[in-house]
Amino acid sequence: MTRLVVGPFNRVEGDLEVQLEISQGSVVDAYVVSSLYRGFEAMLVDKPAADALVYAPRICGICSVSQSVAAARALAAASGLHMADNAQLAVNLVHAVENLADHLTHFYMFFMPDFARAFYRDRPWYEPVRDRFAAIKGTAAAEFLPARAELMRLMGIVAGKWPHTLSLRPGGTTRPLTRAEIARMGAMLVRFRRFFERVILGDSLEAVTALTSREALLDWALARADRADFARFVQISEALNLGKVGRTEIRHMSYGAYPGANGPLFARGSFAAGLGARLDTTRIAEDVSHAWYADTLNGEPVAPTAATTIPDLTRDDAYSWCKAPRLGGEVIEVGALSRQLVNGHPLLRDIAAKAGASVEARIVARIVEAALLVLAMQEWLERIDPAAPFLSDDRIAQNGTGEGLTEAARGSLGHWLNIVDGRLAGYQIVAPTTWNFSPRDRAGTPGPLEQALRGTPVEQGQGGPVTVQHVVRSFDPCMVCTVH
Amino acid sequence: MAKRPALSLLWLQSGGCGGCTLSLLGAESPDLVETLEAAGIEVLWHPSLSEASGQEARELLDAAAGGERAVDIVCLEGSVIMGPNGTGRFHVMAGSDKPMREMIERVCRQARYVVAVGSCAAFGGITAAGGNAVEACGLSYDGVHPGGLLGNDFRARSGLPVINIAGCPIHPGWFTDTLLQIAAGTLDKADLDEWERPLAYTRHLVHHGCARNEFYEFKASAEHPGDMGCMMENLGCKGTQARADCNIRPWNGTGSCLEGNYSCINCTAPGFEEPGHAFAATPKVAGIPIGLPTDMPKAWFVALASLSKAATPQRLRENAQSKTPVALPHDKRRDRP
Repeated sequence: MTRLVVGPFNRVEGDLEVQLEISQGSVVDAYVVSSLYRGFEAMLVDKPAADALVYAPRICGICSVSQSVAAARALAAASGLHMADNAQLAVNLVHAVENLADHLTHFYMFFMPDFARAFYRDRPWYEPVRDRFAAIKGTAAAEFLPARAELMRLMGIVAGKWPHTLSLRPGGTTRPLTRAEIARMGAMLVRFRRFFERVILGDSLEAVTALTSREALLDWALARADRADFARFVQISEALNLGKVGRTEIRHMSYGAYPGANGPLFARGSFAAGLGARLDTTRIAEDVSHAWYADTLNGEPVAPTAATTIPDLTRDDAYSWCKAPRLGGEVIEVGALSRQLVNGHPLLRDIAAKAGASVEARIVARIVEAALLVLAMQEWLERIDPAAPFLSDDRIAQNGTGEGLTEAARGSLGHWLNIVDGRLAGYQIVAPTTWNFSPRDRAGTPGPLEQALRGTPVEQGQGGPVTVQHVVRSFDPCMVCTVH
Repeated sequence: MAKRPALSLLWLQSGGCGGCTLSLLGAESPDLVETLEAAGIEVLWHPSLSEASGQEARELLDAAAGGERAVDIVCLEGSVIMGPNGTGRFHVMAGSDKPMREMIERVCRQARYVVAVGSCAAFGGITAAGGNAVEACGLSYDGVHPGGLLGNDFRARSGLPVINIAGCPIHPGWFTDTLLQIAAGTLDKADLDEWERPLAYTRHLVHHGCARNEFYEFKASAEHPGDMGCMMENLGCKGTQARADCNIRPWNGTGSCLEGNYSCINCTAPGFEEPGHAFAATPKVAGIPIGLPTDMPKAWFVALASLSKAATPQRLRENAQSKTPVALPHDKRRDRP
């Protein structure tokens, strides 16, 4: 048995180290180390309640709007406020721009550059893939960044700026939209859609989101692998067998995303072994048996409504600043794949039924979801009524407790807060990668990535181990959110 | 034009959110790739963008820290983490078991230019809020106090102090302008303000170009979030003191905090993270906001404010506390049909 420490693990958002125990060329055990602690939960205590809207987005520069949405929802819940439908449409739009940009930033800037590594130079597909996806210098980055910047121009209109907007509030958004702006944003979305269909898909959004099986996806990719980046990925994935790599067989969860009058765009619930289930968030608790935090309940996991965050570097079994959240004791995977499994997308359900969650399943889910989002954004834009309020009275209560749940690009995000005499008396955050990159719990059960890495081949040589990197990045981790 | 030798750039992250990098990815005309090309910059390593990971990255950083690999520009994003109790263990560099601040200091001491990207790296920023339990500081400041990791006397090999591109986050243009100027060899001490921030953007106040200026002139004030009026009197807006060109150089194409209808929180200033009051509420003494424009006698301000309040046009009075215009400018020679 040999041991390998991989870090600094880059092209993830924030700081990550992965420790591998290796035998006969593959991972026997993995330990995921979140190596930076900033202490947002402690920082927020005693602040005026509304100031959460300033601090929370600054937990993360890539999930900034998701953090704002969770904070605003928790404040709304504590204050008994309800967001009007029109305001919700505008907030959904802001949130969708971020999540769409994040999905594609992950694909182009973080994930695909690994296939341009010299490690793959003997593969028949290598040269065009290297020219296309090489980090910073590839033709894809040069094409994607301007398209992304243009997409973010929607943020300039609907949110003032990105990241770290203060437009999102418990009662809606400070930024009403005019008919002219709605028309202009419609044209901007058409332009982005054209990029998506031409460069990423080589096909229409409708055609790709309508795929229902892995076989259909492979056929689809074969027909356009010379001209569409998603099809290129599907072909590489098939060549490298990424549908069988980075596998987990655990429960998936979604808090439900983009609320609407008839329920969320993507449903709330959980999914395991082919079956969906209702979600009870009171069963969420965080275990700190392997994290550098004071144990306040004799080793028992603590619900976020009761938890504190007190650093304690003296703990012998600890190896991460990430707590280990569990749902009724179960290890949970979150993300685009989880949302699409819970929501019942036939393609993702088919892929998962055949081989569980995998590197391939996670990437496919992200692109399919991005396509679904563009379609939804176009519809929301049509439904926004410039004459209806965008912000209702949203006075924050002097006393109350609230849960704020949402879905960031990379998975389920929850804030739990407690207001006493106008000030925050408690604030707990469980972020997507807190779930996915959690350390072991008191039963010794590894977190999702730790499970996914077991059995992964460990290649020697320059740039290695490469497959481990595909697995880690397939989760689109956000480490700054993880620990916060 | 003679081609300059490429400048090498190394980017590190510590106690921050990564938002300055994400903001920078939104650079337009020129975009980030074009800027690097135009400036002749070779990116040695960037944690979000480079290929090298793990051991390759460690070898590269060690070579830069040891001086075997020349580094022209070091950028730090995020604050330097000194805690707990001065050990730096709240941020251990992944793969090294050493406090991140050691690597930061070593590469900074080799560099020709050191750039603090964002208010965290410059002053400590948001990470230093609350009781600053993690002991976050900037490269050459600890909040408003000279000091930080390197000390305020630090000079990079070019002779320049740490260049503080403060902001939460940075505007991409603040960074790309600075980088292009470094590459052109035209950045010197005269380009930096009293906190060593590039004057290219801090010669302005956020107030400059604010679309609410007419409301400010007549002290027609917003009362609730989202109201159209001036947000200085009631909603905590610091645009008249804050140093940045946010309303001249738009964010994400057309935006700014003020265009988004929320207050400026003075995010380019040291200590902005602890304003001493709720961010969105203006503290007042005897009904008069404290924190008026800094270079104006208070008595004059109060006198002018009471005069202009008396002269406020009905249109502004009505619109100030509305979320969309209820009264529009109107040419008296013709009525709308």
